[in-house]
Amino acid sequence: MPYENQEEIDKKTMKQDNIILSVKNVVKHFDISGGFLDQIKFKNGRIGLEKVTVKAVNDVSFFVKKGEVLGVVGESGCGKSTIARVIMGLYPPNSGEIYYDGKRIDNLTHEQMLPFRKKMQMIFQDPYASLNPRKTVQQTLEEPLRFHHPEFSNSEIKDKIEEVMEQVGVDHAWIKRYPHEFSGGQRQRISIARGLILDPEFIVADEPVSALDVSIQAQILNLLMKAGRERDLTYLFITHDLSVVRHISTRVAVFYLGTICELAKSQDLFANPRHPYTKALLSAIPVVGEKSAKHIKLKGEVPTPVELPTGCVFHSRCVYADERCSTQVPLLRTLESGSSVACHAVEENRIPN
Amino acid sequence: MSHLLQIQDLEVKFALRTGDITAIDGINFTLDRGEKLGLVGESGAGKSVTGFSIINLLSKPGYISKGKILFQGNEISLYPNEKMRKIRGDAISMIFQDPMMTLNPVFTVGFQMIETIQAHRKISKANAREIALEKLKKVHIPSPEKRLDQYPHELSGGMRQRIIIAISLLTDPAIIIADEPTTALDVTIQAEIMDLLQELCASDNMALILITHDLGVVSQVTEKIAVMYAGKIIEYGATDQVVQHPVHPYTEGLIKSIPGTLIKHGDDLVQIPGMMPTLTNIPPGCAFNPRCYLKESICTQKTPELQSVGQGVQAACHMKTKRK
Repeated sequence: MPYENQEEIDKKTMKQDNIILSVKNVVKHFDISGGFLDQIKFKNGRIGLEKVTVKAVNDVSFFVKKGEVLGVVGESGCGKSTIARVIMGLYPPNSGEIYYDGKRIDNLTHEQMLPFRKKMQMIFQDPYASLNPRKTVQQTLEEPLRFHHPEFSNSEIKDKIEEVMEQVGVDHAWIKRYPHEFSGGQRQRISIARGLILDPEFIVADEPVSALDVSIQAQILNLLMKAGRERDLTYLFITHDLSVVRHISTRVAVFYLGTICELAKSQDLFANPRHPYTKALLSAIPVVGEKSAKHIKLKGEVPTPVELPTGCVFHSRCVYADERCSTQVPLLRTLESGSSVACHAVEENRIPN
Repeated sequence: MSHLLQIQDLEVKFALRTGDITAIDGINFTLDRGEKLGLVGESGAGKSVTGFSIINLLSKPGYISKGKILFQGNEISLYPNEKMRKIRGDAISMIFQDPMMTLNPVFTVGFQMIETIQAHRKISKANAREIALEKLKKVHIPSPEKRLDQYPHELSGGMRQRIIIAISLLTDPAIIIADEPTTALDVTIQAEIMDLLQELCASDNMALILITHDLGVVSQVTEKIAVMYAGKIIEYGATDQVVQHPVHPYTEGLIKSIPGTLIKHGDDLVQIPGMMPTLTNIPPGCAFNPRCYLKESICTQKTPELQSVGQGVQAACHMKTKRK
């Protein structure tokens, strides 16, 4: 059998590999129907209440191995940031489970969650928004230490801050300064320092370089990779920039409308994309010094996550779609090559390579 | 006066309470019919200000302190506002980054399009509507009749940007200035919009100034490129040549710092140390000297001029032009 069930693989590999985080069948919907009066709808001659939900993440499962960088890519509204926030416990999932080091963390109370918060940290996109403008660098970096390590003495805290600031390349003399006194790149270094200060094992980076200029972007990416090597970190790296993901990820998950359509090793994915959406996405990257524009054009527009298409969420835009695609949801299946693809056409070998 | 647009020694200053600061410091370039020029640089390099000054849209503290902007041989930088309005949006159109900000949310697409035509042409409403429809078809909008009566919020981001492009085409302009037209859009939509712009330039012999920070986009779309740094053009020439054999250390660093096929997976990216100076604090000599790996003493003393370095490329770098 060329195909196996993803769950069985998960169970098998969970034992062998060092899986630090696993996400199982997570669903996250947001209710946007507003107040009671907004929900009243007149339908089929009757008045009833109708809820409107954004189906941001639909039945997503994956795992992250210790020490790897799992890149998550997708276009705006595909649910990549939502899944990050669900993993971090910032949003409770509607259903599904999240395991960290084999322990389930999505149903913990605030107190039970505390030890995990030390191990899991997040870096946000916009350093202008994620740093408190009324706190100095010192206060920003001190707060997590004092909260999670009340036993630390003042000098220990000072040493720790000094160490981390040096590592991210921010001059220690600037410790009394406020965020507005720094440039975008420096601010992102400070928010990385805040992420590193508790010595986490796992970092979720949500578009950490998207707000920065190209020359600064390279500096921050190098810094993240260096920190990863030195501290043996595991990253979940979310971005819409495919060239960034290609460079730093071990494996890449491609999201479309709240589901994973392809998950593969970085090299494999970029060399040989299998899912029709991945193919189109990769063909759209403008490459420096390449003139030819042979973009694969997709039909129509991304459907809204409020009314998801039936069957495969991509079928309305896919040139290979047939009857089955519009009725049956494709499961993420692992191919012989090791890549996982959720596509009926790939499974039935209908796509010419 | 053979060029469609000619920028001569343009200098733009912003009058602040603490004194004037120079946003654009003596730039020169030309644009011919059907030509596509990419204006590249990081934020604060002066690329958008260049675009604004061409159509005389510099807002208050900013003013053109020196130099000329010639459009079809006429010095449009001297035109009073009334006269400039006849050119702006007519012969020269501009497309902005965020399509939601450029379209008025309280009017239908059709209303906004007809208004634009009637501002520039004496034409009946019905005829204007016909032109609007024709241009919407030209930018490949599905069911264009329906779109005319829709409001901007009913359309997706990519669709809105197509509408903006259709609006800019209404008066059959000679030049379109596109200021980061796809930065707010996803890659697949960006590819579609770029294809569209290229197609329009070819079919209507329109000139395009593409302002962007994305070297990938520029190298795909444009024939000519001007790399800007701290208010100056530091490298100027044919896009292919500049992108493949950059001369100026800044251009070189910029291209190498893009993660791509050149660098091995997971290796450190080439990084340019430091950051671009703020306009109030430009170092003496070459503005790039504190970040440059080729720096010598002359770089801190004398400002380099754009000089030919062969292959039709000009660069402003003491170290590179000296050896030639």
